[in-house]
Amino acid sequence: MPASPLAELRHAGDTGRQANAPGIASLDDLASLSAALASGELWHIIGLSLAVSLSASAAAAILGLPLGVALAIWDFPGRRFLIVIANALLGLPPAVVGLALYLLLSGSGPLGFLRLLFTPGAMVIAQAVLALPIVTALAHRAAEDLWAGYGDALMDLGASRFRAVPALIAMGRLSMLTAALAGFGRTVSEVGAILVVGGNIAGYTRTMTTAIVLETSKGDLTLALGLGLVLIGLTMMISAAAFGIAGRSNA
Amino acid sequence: MKQAIRLWLFALVAALALSTTAAADDTPANTIRLATTTSLDNAGLLATILPIFTRDAGITVHVLAQDTGQALDTARRGDADLVLVHDPEAEEQFIGEGHGANRRQIAWNDFIIVGPEADPAHIGGGHDAVAALTKVAEAKAPFVSRGDRSGTHALELRLWKMAGVNAASGERGWYRDIGGGMGQALNAAAAMPTYTLSDRGTWLSFKNKRPLAVLVEGDLKLINRYDVIEINPEKYRRRQLAAAHRLAEWLVSAEGQKAIGEYQVDGEQLFHPSAAAPR
Repeated sequence: MPASPLAELRHAGDTGRQANAPGIASLDDLASLSAALASGELWHIIGLSLAVSLSASAAAAILGLPLGVALAIWDFPGRRFLIVIANALLGLPPAVVGLALYLLLSGSGPLGFLRLLFTPGAMVIAQAVLALPIVTALAHRAAEDLWAGYGDALMDLGASRFRAVPALIAMGRLSMLTAALAGFGRTVSEVGAILVVGGNIAGYTRTMTTAIVLETSKGDLTLALGLGLVLIGLTMMISAAAFGIAGRSNA
Repeated sequence: MKQAIRLWLFALVAALALSTTAAADDTPANTIRLATTTSLDNAGLLATILPIFTRDAGITVHVLAQDTGQALDTARRGDADLVLVHDPEAEEQFIGEGHGANRRQIAWNDFIIVGPEADPAHIGGGHDAVAALTKVAEAKAPFVSRGDRSGTHALELRLWKMAGVNAASGERGWYRDIGGGMGQALNAAAAMPTYTLSDRGTWLSFKNKRPLAVLVEGDLKLINRYDVIEINPEKYRRRQLAAAHRLAEWLVSAEGQKAIGEYQVDGEQLFHPSAAAPR
């Protein structure tokens, strides 16, 4: 080992490298966003973000809408308890869901044999768990009013309670859509859980939100902000499209 | 009405089928998971050299960038095929516990103490990390600590110990434990501004430096060694370990070492290959 193996690194090149303004857009920084757009990587990130959050919110809607409506129609022991739980879990902390799922799916955990940890599948599960209480609570709220207003009429017409579930979902479809979109909003903006169970692996489990966290940590604040704006734009487009479709079927 | 129920049941079955497809994710034996440190990943080294390996070996590498403590824990739980980290003490413990084997150094660079250009503790230009930290503590100048279990934080704690400073007691709040990654620590240090300890790779590729500058460098104690450690196949029966072994071999091979040495950011070499002559 030479006398000072680090000598070659001494004063190596920090001079003249301080020119970046802190976090304020320079032309260089904006170039990095368009470069990211031009490379296929960003499209993969956007595609995965949408695929994961759309599947998770679809799963939450398929389970949560009928569940919420059923909670409005049937009276059974423990019903109030379930409603309180669904509403309490509106604030379910993503980091905790991520950690619990991590421990379950880890190679040394009870579900390790599924080999799901650090895959998109684990991210879908985590986000579905987070969105389910939201969809359930909002669907229950909408169905409660509908059931109070039309429940007797439906029963008089000879519908069973079982058949009333899809009827109420159809009657309150705009509220149900809002419930489903609230679930989507939760999933597409979420980062705490998918960072833990997905691992933010480039080209595999990196999504818009985890990429934003990563770029912030690299000090590339402009790129992080640009990604954030792209994400907000996409979310707005999906909401608008969903309401457009629902509005047409309403008319 | 029956139709609606049938539709719902169909959707449920379809969703279940989809999730089982995802669950059946049989990671092929030629896709490996490398648990490594954020410093290697954020500096851009892995994104540059791994595609070369993937092209030649036909093995895909999923990079899981965590701090060294987390990366070793991920491997301990059986969730990684190879680790590439930089905390000699934690690595020895990992190997001592029987989780890993065949540790080899692949590269080195160094740590630096960065801080505000105004330099309230007057440590600029020094080459003695312990003396510099002593001055920072005496001046009660703000210092941001990673506060995680990273290799960088482990070194910081060793340096404070050598300086005989109980920094964590941090009277009057000059010692700020942010519990985050290197990038987060640099962002915090730049915003406050404060001193902090950084690895050179992250610093050079970091884009939000102002008003920070490198103040102390060139101390032998600041050397930063990156080691690749293979997972003990006796303990973890992962199908990917053979492919992981090939990556470890490639990293120390002439070709891998050349790729590491050629990696530059803004014309500057970030990592010095050292498989042949470990520091």
